[in-house]
Amino acid sequence: MNKHSSAKKTPFWRDKRVIPILLQVIFAILVVLAGVFFFTNALGSMKQIGLVFGYDFLSKMAQFDIGDKLIEFTSTDTYGKAFIVGILNTIKVAFIGIILATILGFIVGISRLSNNWLAKTVATFYVEIFRNTPLLVQIFIWFYAVFLSLPVIENSINAFGLFFFSNRGTAIPWFDLTSSSLIWLILFLIGIVLSFVVWRVRLKQQVESGKRKFPLYWATATIIISLGITWLITSEYPLLLSVPEIAPRGFIGGYTIGPGFGALLVALVMYTASFIAEIVRGGIMAVSKGQVEAAKALGLKNSTILRLVILPQAIRIIIPPLTSQYLNLIKNSSLAAAVAYQELVGVGITVLSQTGKSIEVISIIILVYLSMSLLTSLLMNIFNKYTQLVER
Amino acid sequence: MANDELTTKQVSIPETAPPKTSIGVLGWLKENLFSSWINTILTVVFGTIVYLIVVNTIEWIFFKAEWYVISANFKLLMVGQYPVEELFRVWIAFTLISLLMGLSWGIWKGTMGHLTIAMTAIYIIVASLPFVLIETRIWLLVNIALIIATYFLGKRLTKFKKYILIGWFLMFPVTMILLSGFGVFDRVGTNLWGGFLLTLLIAIVAIVFSFPLGVLLALGRRSKLPVVKWFCVAYIELIRGVPLITILFVAQLMLPMFLGEGVNIDNVIRAMVGFTLFSAAYLAENIRGGLQSIPRGQFEAAEALGLNATFKTVFIILPQSLRAVIPAMVGQFIGIFKDTSLVAIVGLTDLLGMGKNIISNPEFLGTQMEVFLFVALVFLVFCNMMSYASRRLEGALGVGTR
Amino acid sequence: MKKRLLALLSILLVFSVVLAGCSEEEAVETKSRLDVIKERGKLIGGVNADIPGFGYVASDGSYTGMDIDITRAVAAAVFGDPNAVEFRPLSAEERFIAVQTGEVDVLARNTTQTLSRDASVGLAFAPVTFYDGQGLMVRKDSGIETLEDLEGARISVESGTTTELNLADQMRKLGIDYEPVVFDSQDAAVSAYEQGSADAYTTDRSALVSRKTTLSNPDEHFILDEVLSKEPLAPSVKDGDSQWIDIVSWTVNALVQAEEFEITQANVDTFLDSEVPEIRRFLGVEGDMGEQLGLPADFVYQIIKAVGNYGELYDRHLGPDTVFDLERGQNSLWTDGGLLYSPPFR
Repeated sequence: MNKHSSAKKTPFWRDKRVIPILLQVIFAILVVLAGVFFFTNALGSMKQIGLVFGYDFLSKMAQFDIGDKLIEFTSTDTYGKAFIVGILNTIKVAFIGIILATILGFIVGISRLSNNWLAKTVATFYVEIFRNTPLLVQIFIWFYAVFLSLPVIENSINAFGLFFFSNRGTAIPWFDLTSSSLIWLILFLIGIVLSFVVWRVRLKQQVESGKRKFPLYWATATIIISLGITWLITSEYPLLLSVPEIAPRGFIGGYTIGPGFGALLVALVMYTASFIAEIVRGGIMAVSKGQVEAAKALGLKNSTILRLVILPQAIRIIIPPLTSQYLNLIKNSSLAAAVAYQELVGVGITVLSQTGKSIEVISIIILVYLSMSLLTSLLMNIFNKYTQLVER
Repeated sequence: MANDELTTKQVSIPETAPPKTSIGVLGWLKENLFSSWINTILTVVFGTIVYLIVVNTIEWIFFKAEWYVISANFKLLMVGQYPVEELFRVWIAFTLISLLMGLSWGIWKGTMGHLTIAMTAIYIIVASLPFVLIETRIWLLVNIALIIATYFLGKRLTKFKKYILIGWFLMFPVTMILLSGFGVFDRVGTNLWGGFLLTLLIAIVAIVFSFPLGVLLALGRRSKLPVVKWFCVAYIELIRGVPLITILFVAQLMLPMFLGEGVNIDNVIRAMVGFTLFSAAYLAENIRGGLQSIPRGQFEAAEALGLNATFKTVFIILPQSLRAVIPAMVGQFIGIFKDTSLVAIVGLTDLLGMGKNIISNPEFLGTQMEVFLFVALVFLVFCNMMSYASRRLEGALGVGTR
Repeated sequence: MKKRLLALLSILLVFSVVLAGCSEEEAVETKSRLDVIKERGKLIGGVNADIPGFGYVASDGSYTGMDIDITRAVAAAVFGDPNAVEFRPLSAEERFIAVQTGEVDVLARNTTQTLSRDASVGLAFAPVTFYDGQGLMVRKDSGIETLEDLEGARISVESGTTTELNLADQMRKLGIDYEPVVFDSQDAAVSAYEQGSADAYTTDRSALVSRKTTLSNPDEHFILDEVLSKEPLAPSVKDGDSQWIDIVSWTVNALVQAEEFEITQANVDTFLDSEVPEIRRFLGVEGDMGEQLGLPADFVYQIIKAVGNYGELYDRHLGPDTVFDLERGQNSLWTDGGLLYSPPFR
């Protein structure tokens, strides 16, 4: 009865329970309508010019070559494989870039807090300049004004007979595998595990007995011994150093970094490092003074304080923004299209213009980037959990 | 020691610095590195690097660089192919901005004053460049005079704050009408917009339009209505998960397909749409941070006052949360301003695109460094001005010290 | 963080499902291209901005070149005004999408006519305006004389072109290992070659000749005799609007036919009084040639008055008085042993 009368009093468009649902339904309808409108248009205009939506082109022959490649690729391979080459190139530049940017970023960030006036000023200038200039401008400067303006290969700039800089690429010494590389790797890994065990044992003894047991020296000694044993077994070097030499059309031996890849990598690293430096600085500064004072009161050494008190706490603050910088670096690597490095977007654009499959190609690019963002966030989340667990 | 000069230099700094009061991490690092051997090595290494860079740079700037390429193409770099006979419209827009800046300087002083002074300094530097046209110089001098005159005027007009603010808001549509014509003047198509003018316009349009969109998305993401919420979440995460360049490709290449036949939007507007959609997603995340920082008490107090949901959001929650995230938003705006250079990849001639065109002109072969450094310098100056303003705001709002 | 991951994951899923579920739907009714252009009041032409002789932006910002004038000819045919046209510089990658989406009405941008572009990229080609072949430019002191000498070489090329594919084909045929250096513009590709970062630069031979003149020391470079492929360059429009395809095709034919009739920009007015029925029909003095295409009766007259005949176009941009000094060769009239042949205006 009561229920009935109240329903009579408030019409449904003023009913607090109905309004939200109604609103949402309207909103959903609008969104769906817009989506349908866009897709109908797209498919309509595709049909009009005789294009059919579909991904079967991926299994067709690509007919073009790719310069930078991590896996074999020839013009007889498929478009699908071309995409894989592109994705691998993206991963390559992102992976190396993230490592180098992190190292440089930490160095600069800590330098900004140095009491050495010169180091601090240089670091500050570095951050201000590289952070406030567009990345694409930096890539162009590195590519056109630096890497392409290097001397031609015959007159390469030679550093110590090991590094060669030319506008055809920069050659660095690299390692060639030998027949015993695998044995070395296995025994080296065993050595590391052993030394870790030894370190833990000695550390435990030190804590229990209260006497210095030099765990680090012991661990180092273990590794050296294991390497010595390997040497006795194989009597061969693990790797052979391959030093580049100048040949008319490129370098022989060593590892050659192409100008496009070089410019992209340097620009990405320098740019991202300037952001990481600020994050690191902020993280260190956010560790409360009391922590340091308490550590000092315990009589810890300065290096120990940095290693065991400041960094573990700073890391916790640093990781979330660091993750987003890593993601930015991955996304920014797409600017490679401007400097002839064939990563995902570069390959995608080539495929797109050879096949005319614009929606399909762009959707593949978006899917891959979303997956990479997801994966990176996931990894950093795990790492974040790990550091958070240490907390209390 | 080898370099007494340098070591003694930094020895003197800790002495003059405040003593034991600043023992934080900074103090700790200071004490730790104080005149130790590490410190000395650092100084030597950094000193050598700085010396080499500075000497070579100065030598290059003054003796080797061919700045002729900049002076010959100055007009192209600044306003692209905007017709010369219509350039007065750009100048009128600038003059209006100068007028407002001068007045704001007089009224608000502080950060606004510093920015205005920086702007005036840029005017003076440009006016004193040897190669600028006489008209340019006259316009610049008028602008400088106007800024100074309106500064003194503004000092007396402190009551008119509201009108000045309205003036700033009107500035955007007025500029757009001035530049494109819109029936009032002759139409100047967006295909003629170029150079730094285009860079500024894309950035301003993206900032102006992405702000309301960002607020809506942020509110939507916190909405209790699951459909709205998930739509906003999906939009924000999708945009933030992909590179800007793909969004620009979508805007440039696929938007016409999606809109269907008959709806023709030219490519400058398409780039602006792309930037707006991109920027809104990032702004939404910034604003969401602000919304989260509002204590529950504020919501409850607003409800206790009997405000309905709209009033509560508009008058209580939004003002506070926006205030809290102003620095973060300015950071985002700087990012957008820098990112506008990406339109050079999709074929627009913004400042960078124009620079790219110039170096391919056979007449100016081998001047890449000059052109790109000039482009970098322009961005550097403007980004630094913005980040300076953001830091000052941060201090004034007390955000960092909360 | 966890929520964010969840969100990203679900977007990924929804996105894939939407794309996978996409199927063909009904076509959309559209206006004819000619009406769209007339309503707009100007033609939009997709052109090249970095190949002197074909499509190039002069330092005063104006466009000049063969392709530019062909676009102007189309504008003259439609509006009687060669300046009722807006040029949209396009990169090789953008060009087809710009045509597909109707952003440009006509594409005259050194585009090679191929089967797949005709059939599956959604283009419709007008008659060929320039018969070209792909060539390679190398430094004289490099010792490269034939394609076989290119083993291990870095070759710079613009991405998204037939050039890129032909290069791959030829090298595969000869079994030569090379490294392609792919740029998104001719400018960048040439710049890398000129600075010595690449051993060779490949594109259409005519473009090679034109780009060679812009190098700082043109004498240090030469173009290999070998021709890698056939490159018939033709204007194109979006497939599906036969009236518009006809207009562009017959504009090109008119240019060629005018040369055959020896009607030039200067003397076209005198031909209006001609007694020859073919010429009277051609210039629209009698007959309904224009009407059949939906154009003014005198569209051919307007074209010739505006830009001249094919020979004039060629001489103006590529002929002996220009820096390029290109032989007419295959691009002569069929009466002179070339390949240019216009079907009759009847």
